[in-house]
Amino acid sequence: MKNKLLSFLSILILTAAPILSFTGCGSDAEATDTLVVLNYGKYIESDVLKRFQKETGITVKYEEYEQVEDMYAKYKAGSINYDVICTSDYMIETLRNEGELIPIDYSSLPNYKNIDKQIIDASAAFDPTHEYTVPYFYGTVGILYNTEMVDEETVSSWDSLWNPEYKNKIVMINSQRDAMMVALEKLGYDINTTDKKQLDEAYDLLCAEKKYVYAYLQDETYECMISEDAAMAVCYSGEAAMGMEYNENLSYTVPKEGGNLWIDSWFVPRTCKHYDAAMKWIDFMCEEEAATENFEYVWYATPNTKVAAHEDEETLADETVFPTKETLDRCKLYEAYDDETLNYTTNLWKKLKAY
Amino acid sequence: MTNKIKTSFLAGPYALWVLICTILPLLYILGYALTTSTGSFTLENLTAIAEPVHLKSLWLSIKVAFLTTVICLVIAYPVALILHNLKITNKGFIVFLFILPMWMNFMLRILAWQIILSNNGILNSILSAIGLPTIHILYTKSAVTLGMVYDFLPYMILPIYNALSKINDQVIEAAADLGANWLTTFTKITVPLSKDGILSGIIMVFVPALSSFVVSNLLGGGKVLLIGNVIEQEFTLARNWNLGSGLSIILMIFVLLSMSIMNKVDDSENGGMLV
Amino acid sequence: MTKVKKGASYFYLGLVFLFLYAPILVLIVLSFNNSMSRTVWGGFTLKWYLNLTANDNIMDALGTTIRITLSSSILATILGTSAAIGIHYMKKRHAAIMLGATNIPLLNADIVTGISLMLLFTRFTPLGEFSVVLAHIAFSVPYVIFNVLPRLQSLSEACYEAAMDLGATPAYAFAKVVWPEIFPGVLSGFLMALTMSLDDFTITYFTKGAGVNTLSTMLYTQLRKGIQPELYALSTILFLLAFVLLLVINYKGEGRKEAHK
Repeated sequence: MKNKLLSFLSILILTAAPILSFTGCGSDAEATDTLVVLNYGKYIESDVLKRFQKETGITVKYEEYEQVEDMYAKYKAGSINYDVICTSDYMIETLRNEGELIPIDYSSLPNYKNIDKQIIDASAAFDPTHEYTVPYFYGTVGILYNTEMVDEETVSSWDSLWNPEYKNKIVMINSQRDAMMVALEKLGYDINTTDKKQLDEAYDLLCAEKKYVYAYLQDETYECMISEDAAMAVCYSGEAAMGMEYNENLSYTVPKEGGNLWIDSWFVPRTCKHYDAAMKWIDFMCEEEAATENFEYVWYATPNTKVAAHEDEETLADETVFPTKETLDRCKLYEAYDDETLNYTTNLWKKLKAY
Repeated sequence: MTNKIKTSFLAGPYALWVLICTILPLLYILGYALTTSTGSFTLENLTAIAEPVHLKSLWLSIKVAFLTTVICLVIAYPVALILHNLKITNKGFIVFLFILPMWMNFMLRILAWQIILSNNGILNSILSAIGLPTIHILYTKSAVTLGMVYDFLPYMILPIYNALSKINDQVIEAAADLGANWLTTFTKITVPLSKDGILSGIIMVFVPALSSFVVSNLLGGGKVLLIGNVIEQEFTLARNWNLGSGLSIILMIFVLLSMSIMNKVDDSENGGMLV
Repeated sequence: MTKVKKGASYFYLGLVFLFLYAPILVLIVLSFNNSMSRTVWGGFTLKWYLNLTANDNIMDALGTTIRITLSSSILATILGTSAAIGIHYMKKRHAAIMLGATNIPLLNADIVTGISLMLLFTRFTPLGEFSVVLAHIAFSVPYVIFNVLPRLQSLSEACYEAAMDLGATPAYAFAKVVWPEIFPGVLSGFLMALTMSLDDFTITYFTKGAGVNTLSTMLYTQLRKGIQPELYALSTILFLLAFVLLLVINYKGEGRKEAHK
């Protein structure tokens, strides 16, 4: 009967062994061509990802994050060596200042010519020497509102977010920099101010707003607006476009005080172990077909000039997706905070959440 | 005797495991907690709990965890009692029905609560259909508490049910024979005898509720900051690992403290019962 | 009177079941919803079920989840069972130390366990699927130990010694006397480890490497950005599978008990 025990144990081990060897495979694959990509959540059409792997034979390990700060934390944790990352303007500036970026070899990117010159010029704010970034998408921060509940006049100013009439009907953006921006614009200050007194004033304003806020959301905002749970929401333009597709009562505007223009770009971090594959990836993202598929999935403005040929008039005229010159004129890019200001605003944000 | 010593070596691999995967990680946390980002010694990360923001969220966590535990107990005890008294053969099946929901991913279940509780959600549709006023509950502390009660309820039901099923029914019959009414039997016999189950239920609900951050993330709408959220955000958003570790240590001490209080209660009641 | 009481009890049980199962019902309904949005009803469809196997991301995550859950719970069961036996025969003082240490993962917040393991792993091994398996073993071993130990304690020492006196080898005596007694504890420990590992999010989230996604971590990123409806379908299938499986086990178990009587 000793056999029974032995056979039981051996069965356990036999079942465990293939499972474990399976896990082993994961690390072996490192040796062949792989690419570790870090991108915002839901920021790529999965077919594009599939096609890239098929066409290049490169295995992609794809990681997602939600907020810019998450990305920085993930990268800085150092537990994973990322090869290529997509993130927003001011975070790229921060990383550049820290010497975390590797120059891109533009000569190996035949599709780079598809990228809009104007957007490349605008990127100078965070990549003045044009050696580190390739734009992916851009857009604005504004107010998505329900025309049945709020009239256009009201939301033409950020003041509408402090209107007691809409208590529990307001969705605020769950991102410290963007929320600060809204308050600073309302106060008439520069969105890149590092003056602590001005920041404190903005914080007080946000605290006063909290009692009217239904929720602080980021990527769930459109669900909340589709179901008409809320009357207005501060969100990104693509999020707004997504919501407007499901509910025709929704509309989007960038208030008259002005807002934020952001540009998300690809860059190669110092941890890169597969530089050639990273170049192939960035070039693939600039390719006509891939850019079109991605655009039709995320609905942010694409800097790829070839996409327009595939879209109908209506889409191209959509001011939510493609901000007008007028709108862009009152929007500004964020500048990277210095360490002190960053810590200061992070703390304010925490205090606001606990308020 | 030698045999026993030999057999006790079976725990050898585990002892090694505990050293590497339990003790060592704790030392790491402690190391981070007691240093600054530049590596010099400090107690600041521990005393940071006294900052108003942290105190506030710790206090809120305690309140929510306490409320969750009480509500769970109030709901669970009758359930366990009814289950125990059910006169059917297939009791195991009914008990299993309480565990089954755990096989659907818990985040999805919490998400479903979002859909049920939202302003225009299922609950409010039902309320307005039968002519009652609608309620605003999603993204409030109540919603977070509800989510936690939902998540942890089985952990309260099962230990109490197990404790009840160990009670010898004859004791209860004897009490009835001796003229005790239902209430007396319940308070003097059933509850004291199921005390172990209640205590382990309380621990199994209170401890995870105290440190939870996912439920408050999903049902709190970014408005409810629990100590678990603070710690998570120190490690992610604010990337201050030292502060995050310091607060973790405080949370641990807190859990241990409440455990020892619970054990004290246990002992004194034990003594009382023996007399 | 008793009828009223009985009715009230059933009503109460029904309410609690409604509370527990309402969200599950919602999710099952969503799995048939022909709309990418979770707040809009777009008509009835079976396409999420039909598309399920074609969705590589979800199938990958499912495979990873199964591998991690099975390997960690099997290894935890082996480690935990032998540990429980060892602890049982230890000197009291040593046993108390071991049990104290075993309690740590149970008492610690998930987030603390997850982060502390991450701090450890990042020093010695690249994060990947393997690190998650290690982490899962770490938090599920205690459940195995605490399920097996009571069985050992209620075991009569005399039987084992008698078997030895009668000339049985220790292994033989173990297999014949000890094992059958502790087996139910081992099994329930295994099942608990399995359930905990399947449902875990926090610890996996902190210890996983690039590109490794279990269903839980995949859901977490998707919760915000809108969930792929195929996930509702998959969860419904898994849920019903568990339901049927445990129904069968329960039915069989009852049958055996009846036979014993």
